[in-house]
Amino acid sequence: MQLRVALTVNGERRELITATHKTLLEVLREDLDLTGTKHGCELGECGTCTVLVDGEPTLSCLALPVECQGRRIETVEGMAENGRLHPLQQAFAELGAAQCGYCTPGILLTAKALLAETPVPTRDEIRHALAGNLCRCTGYTKILDAVELAALRMRGGTRP
Amino acid sequence: MTKRFSVIGQSLPKIDAWAKVTGETKYADDLTLPRMAYGKLLRSPHPHARIVRIDTTRAVALPGVHAVITGHDLPRVKFGILPVSQDEEALCTDKVRMVGDPVAAVAAVDEETAERATELIEVEYVPLPALMSIEDALKHPEVRIHEYGDGPNVHKAVALQFGDVDAAFAESDLVREDVFFFEGNTHLPLEQHAAVAHWGPDGKLTLWSSTQTPHYVHRLLGKILDMPQAHIRVIAAPVGGGFGGKLDPFAHEIAACKLSQLTGRPVKIALTREEVFYVHRGRHPVLMWVKTGFRKDGAITGMHFRTWLDGGAYGSYGVASTFYTGALQTVTYKVPVYKFEGARIFTNKPPCGPKRGHGTPQPRFALECQLDKAAEQLGLDPADMRRRNLADPFTKTANHLTVTTIGLGECIDRVVEASGWPRKWNALPRGKGIGIACSSYLTGAGTAVYWNDMPHSGVVVRADRSGGVSILCGATDIGQGSDSVLAYLVAEVLGIEPKDIRVHAADTDLTPVDLGSYSSRVTLMAGNAAIQAAERLRGRIFEAVARKLEVDASRLVARDRRVFVADDEEQGVSFQDAVALGESLHGVLAFPGSYAPPKRAGKYKGGGVGPSPCYSYSACVVEVDVDEETGDVKPTEVWIAHDIGRALNPLLVEGQVEGSVYMGLGEVLMEEQVFRKGVHKIPSMLEYKSPTTLETPEIHTILVETDDPDGPFGAKEAGQGPLLPVIPAVANAVWSAVGVRVDEIPITPDKVLKGLELRRQGKTPRVGPERLPLFTFPAPRAVESAFGHPADDIAVRPFAS
Repeated sequence: MQLRVALTVNGERRELITATHKTLLEVLREDLDLTGTKHGCELGECGTCTVLVDGEPTLSCLALPVECQGRRIETVEGMAENGRLHPLQQAFAELGAAQCGYCTPGILLTAKALLAETPVPTRDEIRHALAGNLCRCTGYTKILDAVELAALRMRGGTRP
Repeated sequence: MTKRFSVIGQSLPKIDAWAKVTGETKYADDLTLPRMAYGKLLRSPHPHARIVRIDTTRAVALPGVHAVITGHDLPRVKFGILPVSQDEEALCTDKVRMVGDPVAAVAAVDEETAERATELIEVEYVPLPALMSIEDALKHPEVRIHEYGDGPNVHKAVALQFGDVDAAFAESDLVREDVFFFEGNTHLPLEQHAAVAHWGPDGKLTLWSSTQTPHYVHRLLGKILDMPQAHIRVIAAPVGGGFGGKLDPFAHEIAACKLSQLTGRPVKIALTREEVFYVHRGRHPVLMWVKTGFRKDGAITGMHFRTWLDGGAYGSYGVASTFYTGALQTVTYKVPVYKFEGARIFTNKPPCGPKRGHGTPQPRFALECQLDKAAEQLGLDPADMRRRNLADPFTKTANHLTVTTIGLGECIDRVVEASGWPRKWNALPRGKGIGIACSSYLTGAGTAVYWNDMPHSGVVVRADRSGGVSILCGATDIGQGSDSVLAYLVAEVLGIEPKDIRVHAADTDLTPVDLGSYSSRVTLMAGNAAIQAAERLRGRIFEAVARKLEVDASRLVARDRRVFVADDEEQGVSFQDAVALGESLHGVLAFPGSYAPPKRAGKYKGGGVGPSPCYSYSACVVEVDVDEETGDVKPTEVWIAHDIGRALNPLLVEGQVEGSVYMGLGEVLMEEQVFRKGVHKIPSMLEYKSPTTLETPEIHTILVETDDPDGPFGAKEAGQGPLLPVIPAVANAVWSAVGVRVDEIPITPDKVLKGLELRRQGKTPRVGPERLPLFTFPAPRAVESAFGHPADDIAVRPFAS
């Protein structure tokens, strides 16, 4: 069965007709060509497919597009503005926080939500915020470092 | 002369970092082609069964289905990654040997239709007895999983002896025999395998795949599809985590190719997470018996090591894995005489293969825990005891491996100091413990899967009048940063910035062959090839610039995007002008570099597994809290020192070390592949436990540099070795915390509680395997121990000039 939905993704309104059973993850990747959002399990276990819905980290593999109508959806493709990387993206690149890069979009968005609510997070707060996002490459160390650096820069600080 | 580096040694971002943080990187499953169909495999629900009949009629009739194939639609050849283990079929025809064995494949308009079609395929099976453990497989020789091997259900049995271990034991002050078990675990990359095949109307095939070894896939596709390799192109898409799990050619890759041929459409097959758990090829479960002799001062007198590997249903890399469980024990410490016996047993479980550390973390766990026990018996500090046994640089080991630089002594000193070991060892309150362990690992396998005289790695560096430089290399970046490393090396040689360089990698049409991203070989092998190519390019550019400046070429240097006279910096040209001069004088500037490792394999059968141009070394101290109520082990801090030879980019090396530590912690505390009635008990990321941010402690990484003569600018590996000491360091820390020896990985809370209970009852507080399989190893091949012999003055390195 097909369904007509209107979604606001990265500030752009997108109308589409898609199969009713498709998850938000599938619609983003397959119907909207936003393949920056990755899938790791499609069961809500790994956090890889995290996007922001009204600023909240949301597992897109468990969300249905109809639920997201009228809400703001943000994917990794929407993080950079006018060609300028978000401070989190910049810090992740500089500090080697992305190795294979597959978990990176989900972690960036989860971290963005954290910093919106807690601009000066402790390392433990970062750990808790990212506890639902698995990474198999980095051992998380550089990821925590990068979130700290981005937080510092976002409040105007520079690296010591 | 001190070397001055411009790029080497800098903590630079990876060249692909920007694409990765913006979501632009296209992994295999991100690719779509016009008219593309979607494929699915039908997999066996039985661990062991004969296939009587496969009827695809109903599936073919389903609207939206483009094609359905079985093994009968493919050439009837068996394949496998190793020439000695050609035992796989892409789609099984006669028999399935594990749950998850593929039997048919479908291409359809979408994934849902393909899946529905697989459900309509009727397969009639006659179940056979399933052999789910080493013991079962040996106890039932009448049930044969394969018809080949070194005995019923014995894939491979090896026995090697280097000197008289019994004589050494007789002269020892202490001889210990210990038994250990290391449960299997899996790679769990976040990206599930995916492949897109396009069989063009010209009869040529292109495959994009998440593979670590496009070269081997290329080679084997020719055989499996019975077509000239010249008509096949394999492109490795950026790999979303490998760890050894994407090293074999896989059924989905082959099925996608065949389906594309039959449908005249591109076909994509992406595996589900559950399928990835069955495809596996991960860490072998290994049972180990170790007998080691010691003198009073802690010196090792001799060692006898036995391993039994639960290989699963197919050969995969298993013969190499078997040898690896015995190869590297001698590289870390002085082991004057050494005997190794190993056997890999077939069972009806997903096949095991290489995972980070390939075959060496299991014996490393056993060896380092036994050393800890021996140190205690001898009243020695475990750190001192390890120092006392350090192997000597530039010597040979008992089993004829040539060891070059060794930074292990400094690694031990540095972690001991950083962790506060002297004031903590034997002094922490109950429930808190500290443990130490060491290790070594290959920097690239010294021999290839296929023995021949060709390069293991090839690179072409080209430049043109734009001033742009491109690197073409068959190596695959699996997240470790190999593309970036090539760019750093070439930038250093040419005196330009990494951002001036584009790397085109892992495309069998465009790039020279590189054997693949395994055995920690890429930085060293592709790196040396890249340096050679870049130096050839630089030589030609210097010739042209020298002519223009009317100076001798030997006076020129390349730095800061300029080529100039070393002692007269004003006299020079920009790099772009220099390239233009070179192009004017010599024509097109494209130069190859080739690398093959020094020929050092021991002259005995099995001597090809273990040699490497050089070995990395690591020492690790872990501190843990053990909760005696729950049995929970919490690592609180990790210190690790790693002999990297030279850190080409310290940031990337740290990342590899931290990732290795993390993965080691997962293996020692929670990760395990467990099967029940032939079925994977936990094929999901929720139940297959792996550490999150909350379980991963602070990791203090210390890099030790030894400037190895075989490494590119002195560099050794970092991607695998640092995993090895973490596991035994945790086990030793648990003993230190609560006086319980868990000789079995993973060290889960139930095992700790069992040990504590034994302790309360006054019994030996040890939890681990109690008995060994009944198995007779073949008579050992006796080879003289080469222990302490000096390294050959001249090891032949082909293509070096």
